[in-house]
Amino acid sequence: MSQKVWKRVSLLLVALCIVLAGCSNNANNTTTTTSTNAGSEGAADSNASSDDSGEIKVGILHSLSGTMAISEVSVKDAEMMAIEEINAKGGVLGKKLVPVIEDGASDWPTFAEKARKLISEDKVATVFGGWTSASRKAMLPVFEELNGLLWYPVQYEGLESSPNIFYTGATTNQQIVPAVSWLLENKGKKFYLLGSDYVFPRTANKIIKEQLKAEGGELVGEEYTPLGHTDYSTIISKIKEAKPEVVFNTLNGDSNVAFFKQLKDAGFTAQDMTTLSVSVAEEEIRGIGADVLAGHLAAWNYYQTTDTPENKTFVENYKKKYGEDRVTADPIEAGYDAVYLWAAAVEKAGSTDVDKVKEAAKELEWDAPEGKVKIDGETQHLYKTVRIGEVQTDGQFKEVWNSGEPVKPDPYLKGYEWASSLSSGN
Amino acid sequence: MDVLILQLFNGISVSSILLLIALGLAITFGLMKVINMAHGELIMIGAYAAYMMQNLFQSYMPESAFNWYFVVAIPFSFAIAFVIGLLLETVLIRFLYGRPLDSLLATWGVGLMLQQLARTIFGAPNVGVTSPTWLDGGMTILGDVVLPYKRLFIIALVAVVLAAMYLYINRSHAGRRMRAVMQNREMAACLGISTRRVDAVTFAIGSGIAGIAGCALTLIGPIGPSLGTYYIVDAFMVVVLGGVGKLVGTVFGALGIGLSNTLFEYWTTASLGKVLVFLCIVAFLQWKPSGLIAMRTRSLD
Repeated sequence: MSQKVWKRVSLLLVALCIVLAGCSNNANNTTTTTSTNAGSEGAADSNASSDDSGEIKVGILHSLSGTMAISEVSVKDAEMMAIEEINAKGGVLGKKLVPVIEDGASDWPTFAEKARKLISEDKVATVFGGWTSASRKAMLPVFEELNGLLWYPVQYEGLESSPNIFYTGATTNQQIVPAVSWLLENKGKKFYLLGSDYVFPRTANKIIKEQLKAEGGELVGEEYTPLGHTDYSTIISKIKEAKPEVVFNTLNGDSNVAFFKQLKDAGFTAQDMTTLSVSVAEEEIRGIGADVLAGHLAAWNYYQTTDTPENKTFVENYKKKYGEDRVTADPIEAGYDAVYLWAAAVEKAGSTDVDKVKEAAKELEWDAPEGKVKIDGETQHLYKTVRIGEVQTDGQFKEVWNSGEPVKPDPYLKGYEWASSLSSGN
Repeated sequence: MDVLILQLFNGISVSSILLLIALGLAITFGLMKVINMAHGELIMIGAYAAYMMQNLFQSYMPESAFNWYFVVAIPFSFAIAFVIGLLLETVLIRFLYGRPLDSLLATWGVGLMLQQLARTIFGAPNVGVTSPTWLDGGMTILGDVVLPYKRLFIIALVAVVLAAMYLYINRSHAGRRMRAVMQNREMAACLGISTRRVDAVTFAIGSGIAGIAGCALTLIGPIGPSLGTYYIVDAFMVVVLGGVGKLVGTVFGALGIGLSNTLFEYWTTASLGKVLVFLCIVAFLQWKPSGLIAMRTRSLD
């Protein structure tokens, strides 16, 4: 009898051991896979971003799996390239940058969890990451609580300015607002707003509606479709009935492919009706097909065809590293800028300390591939040039208008009379 | 009036797409009771097969032949998805018959693996498939109503696939064996039918049809690693609403969902329309739990 009990206990122990071994194995795996440099094992437990070790850890946090991987993998590639270029030139403060890559998996709680891990466990000096507003909003409290530093590379809906985030993508007054003004002047007054059903399109359209009221436009329809919606036949018949002169498109992700393919099949061309998109860049054009999109418009701050010497080298290096068939696009460039801007701020501050870097980053200027950019000390957004481009049959943009000079970021649209109800309402 | 006709056509078109994605599932889930969450990924495989065929034609065939790549791509997509379905059945599914919850979890995992595999092979961004020029444009009727050729083509394709399946199941020896096994496994085995082989082939056919669906979807939708996730819920809805075990039910299920979806979407908005359709389905299943057309047999519990 007692032998039987003993047998059970020993079995249980063995089982426990196996479980524990499995766990520790797991833990080992994650640390070795995430810190890409095997030599940094010893540095991991001491403060890696402190001044005595020979390298600085930086975090990269994008969705490498799940639906958003479509867009975010390329941004990660650009950030890795910037880090390598900086390392080749001797690093920052004489130290090599060591990227710690984490996968946000297109899941917003995962973003928050991984951000916490990067700051508290890996002790990275800064994090480059995020794409959707939902992922940024999930990470924001973590960065504010732990006083971390996040560089967010994508155009977004504005109305935000966290002291722990630098926004290297456009805010509304650097993309949507000037695009609407340009359309009203050049293409027509009757607007149809089409977007995916989540925070960015809804906020953007709220702004556009106020602007239309103030600048004499007319709203003939407004539609939202669930993310991942793939049949636009009904929406297209609604558009046909409303007879807009301009469709302002804030659809995101794969829906764009379905919408434009089906729009063309329904007999609409870019000549019949202008569409302007804010989430369709060179990468997306490849997935939709240049023949389908030719003639349609988009508003961004950067195109692969943007004519600056910095851009020439940037595109060349990117293609050399990742393949001739790859293209660069606005968020990819913004991610690349972020790494360089942070590095410049660290050099200026002489330290990776978050508060010192923030102080040093104020009014910092850099010649980016998109032209001169400058960090606005007050909002931690960038001064950026606005560009409207037309899709050509080779899948590239031809710039049809630009703002001439970098536009001061205004995330709360304080400089616009008609927007006064928006910032207070939110 | 114009709009009414256009919406009616749109409804039928949406139904045909739903039917195409649900037909394969009607076999693997409807007949075999495998909750195959990887069905969406088999659709994705079909779409990538079409993409591969396009690239092959671009590289190795004269330009004049390019327009016909799509005709070759349909059987090619079927073949690729058929083979992967066969592999999946032999390695995994056959251990999970009669265990619906296990099959749900296991196929879900397989789906995730296939997605990541596609991401590794073809890259994370969407790929582009140029549709053949003979499918560009549309037929104009009544002055203003445009019926796109692509949608007409998909309707025709569904009709052909449906007819082929009907003939296979009801008129061929293999189909008769399949029906026998699905209706009463023990008795069929007693009569000397290799149920193992029938299971494998049936699952593979269901997968192959998912491949055809993927190929057709390249005409109107995105082609990326997560393509399957957009269609999987709709596919299950159609099969459940139609009634598990009957192909006719699947046809009516697709028509019902497709037509009501376009109507509700037209009257309200896309999001609300979808909610209303789901509500109707839930209400209907409360009233008739076995779906539109119930299979009557003693062997099905």
